[in-house]
Amino acid sequence: MNLTLKVWRQKNSADKGGFETYQVSNISPDMSFLEMFDVLNEQLVNSDQDPIHFDHDCREGICGMCSLYINGKPHGPKDAITTCQLHMRSFSDGDTIVVEPWRAKAFPVVKDLVVDRTAFDRIIQAGGYVSINTGGVPDANEIPISKEVANEAMDAATCIGCGACVAACKNASAMLFVSAKVSQLAVLPQGQVERKSRVENMVATMDAEGFGACTNTGACEAVCPKEISITNIARMNREYFQAKISSKKI
Amino acid sequence: MKLNSKIPEGPIAEKWTKHKFNMKLVNPANKRKYDIIVVGSGLAGASAAASFAELGYNVKCFCFQDSPRRAHSIAAQGGINAAKNYQNDGDSVYRLFYDTIKGGDYRSREANVYRLAEVSSSIIDQCVAQGVPFAREYGGLLDNRSFGGAQVSRTFYARGQTGQQLLLGAYSALSRQVANGKVKMYTRTEMLDVVLIDDKARGIVARNLITGEIESHSAHAVVLATGGYGNVFFLSTNAMGSNCTAAWRAHKKGALFGNPCFTQIHPTCIPVSGDHQSKLTLMSESLRNDGRVWVPKVARPKLTAREATKIPNDERDYFLERKYPSFGNLVPRDVASRNAKMACDEGKGVGATGLAVFLDFADAIKRDGKEVIAAKYGNLFDMYEQITGDNPYEMPMMIYPAVHYTMGGLWVDYNLMTTIPGLYAIGEANFSDHGANRLGASALMQGLADGYFVIPYTIGDYLATMPYEKISTDHEAFKEVEANVKAKINQLLNIKGKRTVDDFHKALGKIMWEYCGMSRNEDGLKLAKGKIQELKKEFWQDVKVMGSQDELNMSLEKANRVADFIELGELMVDDALHRSESCGGHFREESQTPEGEAKRKDDEFSFVSAWEFKGEDQPELLQKEELAFENVKLTQRSYK
Repeated sequence: MNLTLKVWRQKNSADKGGFETYQVSNISPDMSFLEMFDVLNEQLVNSDQDPIHFDHDCREGICGMCSLYINGKPHGPKDAITTCQLHMRSFSDGDTIVVEPWRAKAFPVVKDLVVDRTAFDRIIQAGGYVSINTGGVPDANEIPISKEVANEAMDAATCIGCGACVAACKNASAMLFVSAKVSQLAVLPQGQVERKSRVENMVATMDAEGFGACTNTGACEAVCPKEISITNIARMNREYFQAKISSKKI
Repeated sequence: MKLNSKIPEGPIAEKWTKHKFNMKLVNPANKRKYDIIVVGSGLAGASAAASFAELGYNVKCFCFQDSPRRAHSIAAQGGINAAKNYQNDGDSVYRLFYDTIKGGDYRSREANVYRLAEVSSSIIDQCVAQGVPFAREYGGLLDNRSFGGAQVSRTFYARGQTGQQLLLGAYSALSRQVANGKVKMYTRTEMLDVVLIDDKARGIVARNLITGEIESHSAHAVVLATGGYGNVFFLSTNAMGSNCTAAWRAHKKGALFGNPCFTQIHPTCIPVSGDHQSKLTLMSESLRNDGRVWVPKVARPKLTAREATKIPNDERDYFLERKYPSFGNLVPRDVASRNAKMACDEGKGVGATGLAVFLDFADAIKRDGKEVIAAKYGNLFDMYEQITGDNPYEMPMMIYPAVHYTMGGLWVDYNLMTTIPGLYAIGEANFSDHGANRLGASALMQGLADGYFVIPYTIGDYLATMPYEKISTDHEAFKEVEANVKAKINQLLNIKGKRTVDDFHKALGKIMWEYCGMSRNEDGLKLAKGKIQELKKEFWQDVKVMGSQDELNMSLEKANRVADFIELGELMVDDALHRSESCGGHFREESQTPEGEAKRKDDEFSFVSAWEFKGEDQPELLQKEELAFENVKLTQRSYK
């Protein structure tokens, strides 16, 4: 396959940035999208140009590091996969592909297609855990959990923290990400003790980091590579409401 | 240098308990006077950093990714072993210990392995308390599955994403301590050297990957939780960023490197499709619970998966079931991998390249129904289809072995301390628990055992002997290491040669896979050594690194790592050459049984090879830690 790529290049966070156009040829349909980028980068280095910087690590769809906005959609045209799992057989010979970084106020661009997602870490730090220390916990089977509840928690816990939900949302809202963690711990017995403070603190941090409000349009769910359901957002709203009406904070 | 493994006295079942009592303690009020650096934020690093902080130590934790949650532990699929005996099938601490020693082909240290089995139960308790959503039975209790190398069901799992869930558990504990101010997290920061003062590890020099700034960090102890070095082979199931730099540079500062040639080739990976390939994808070993491995009895070149469904049963060779009736498809990884290779070497390999065998679920789907299989392996089947375009519900998967894990690593004593006082290595970064072959679902167990339940105790024994006084990073030792690190970076940037970093990395990978991969022989290894030395020379004359030092520069990062991979590759070859026996994943063609199984030479090689760096371009010196087996009788491993 021969392709034309329009790629966002930006030297650093202070630089204004813009699109550059590149040609790649002899691309095999069995290549992953990122392998196609590897080929392009080798080509750039061989012609004394700076390679394109993009985040990637596990290349099997689980670390959450890769983050490309491909033809106007986070992680590209296919549903329920990350960019690293996207293969070139999803494109056709002669295509022009536009590649941009995640765009959100809370995710500033670091360089080219690399963005800073540490805001997600700070939201988890605000309460995305059960406050127990190592040791001194009961035997694992002393906390029976129905298969149904365990599955519900697992569905929410599969979030990889890639930020596609934010990138897809016109308000750059992080509700899907935050609600996945809130839901996981709200349905499990282990999460009950801190149930109220958790949702209050995580939502407050989400707001402070500059993420927008939920639009209720469901773009986040549509692009989520792990198919996290927006039911989690509904649950978080309910959790938040319940926490607020009995909250000691004014 | 004299190796002292510091194994406590007494019967094996009492060693750890007694040792915990005998170790010195740091008074709770004094713990805040000590600083600990943890490099790496995977299962071992995150669990250690969180546990140290909970105890009261001040922790600085480093990772090269943008968040500690990205560490490659996250990709582990199948599960985590623990000797809970919840299934009432005869499991015990002793059985887990025995299976691990035997699975490791009798090349690991008994005392460490016993301790690992002993603390395994606590890991499951800890993770459940954190809210890790393990798979459950209908009654609400935890479910188990079986895994290679064991005849009991002791593996706990969270769908095919166990590593992810355990890592997110450890990450949540770490995040809580970041919020508490007890851990300072340094993301996108890569350790480039360790700093020794009075022969003790007192800090690290790291590069801020965003600004390029070279930073020094001082502490009372340094813990390396930096994972394995499978990327020496270029193609492996490791993440693209996984590297050996921290461990290798510590090695060059005096930490001995244990059993470098012990690498694990995982049997169930998606086969290579072409030269563009950047990494290999593993399909969890748990698939072998229900999948049957086969090749056609008569060679059928370029056989596709779709055509395979039409081949009748009596024309198929289920070679693992045939050769190993008692373990069948669940033989340990090294045995399964080698047999797949043998089938392909005989010309019976399938697919376009002939380097693949089938893993077939048709019988399991017929027996249990599609839904049951989907519930167990749904995400793995989807992943397979995404990569290959074939649907495994309708036709068999094609698999081939790939580099997956490195049992070798920095040599550590019973306290997990390297030969540099104050420098520890935990998780995959050390050599200690898996011998010459790791059993499935044991890596997660070891990472978390080291981080949650071993090092929080053993580090106190060392710190209790240390003065509280902190050392400033203005100390000349820091300045000297900073200068060396900067010089090396400048050297890389100024070569301005013609070949890209990836080009060198691929060349190294080819040499390693060809001569130091699934089977090895003397002539090949000698040839490989020469080739690697040539490659090293060429690298330092002709590598092309774009960009500058003071910016985000991924080609520079890669160049730094590949330079170290080349050196480690040579040591792996040296080690493989010296160990002229076969054991576990290390198969020397000169040493096999008449049936073609690995043949150990216990009278000659019942030791850990620990290599000592003696200077640039000098041969490394081999030290031996003799292995004493007091509780397990050495037998030729048989899974028949």
